[in-house]
Amino acid sequence: MDENRERLMREIMAADFTIIDLNLYLDTHPNDFRAIMLRNNFINRSVMLRNEYECMYGPINAQLSMSKCPWQWIKSPWPWE
Amino acid sequence: MWVYEKKLEYPVRIRTCNPKMAKYIISQYGGPDGELAASLRYLSQRFSMPTDETKAILNDIGTEELAHLEMVGSMVYQLTRGVPADVLEKEGLGAYYTDHDHAVYPMSAAGVPFTAAYIQSKGDVIADLHEDLAAEQKARATYENLINLADDPDVIDPLRFLREREVVHFQRFGEALRLVQDKFAEKKFYMTTPMPRM
Repeated sequence: MDENRERLMREIMAADFTIIDLNLYLDTHPNDFRAIMLRNNFINRSVMLRNEYECMYGPINAQLSMSKCPWQWIKSPWPWE
Repeated sequence: MWVYEKKLEYPVRIRTCNPKMAKYIISQYGGPDGELAASLRYLSQRFSMPTDETKAILNDIGTEELAHLEMVGSMVYQLTRGVPADVLEKEGLGAYYTDHDHAVYPMSAAGVPFTAAYIQSKGDVIADLHEDLAAEQKARATYENLINLADDPDVIDPLRFLREREVVHFQRFGEALRLVQDKFAEKKFYMTTPMPRM
């Protein structure tokens, strides 16, 4: 994996992790307005990073990411490699 | 439903193979306190949860455990990738190699295949949440044991992340339990099941 790809992917993982953690927190603290704002802001950040990553390296999300032809989804590396 | 994203929740980049560690780490894949048990337990219990908060937390923690399952599987895969059979055998994976070659198979460190006997889905919110609290502690303790067995920072790093997540999950289940107890104390019920049987 080249340096830029790895760097971008780590930033996406970090932003997404914040979203996941806030999601769990909000499940038991549904009235925390600031937490919801924070989560939504991190989603904007994640979307921006994903757009940058995906146009260079291909789809991340099986439901929502666009693909060129030939079908990019199958291309290695897969996350465990 | 679930959507797959082509990324791990947290990076796993192991540069040095170590079949001996793989043999131990596989317990968090298919062992009694591993991520498969956790995800199946929570995703099964969620159906009978009585409140919005409990349905959500069981659903969402269960989902995160699947991401952890993927991380643990990736660790086992990277620790054994390309290792020749005689080395696997010398490092204690001879029996495993016989039946599974370099594949990842859900079992414990002792070689016991995964079983649903590791989980309960009782349908009683108090019982289920207490089981979940215990499960998170058992998982945390297991990750601590694995961290004690490891010396490669590439291995310790994701193990530390996974251990910390167990601590957070324990916290969330504790909050969910308190919310349920408060809710039913409000109505002054002297019962343990959330739905009165008429």
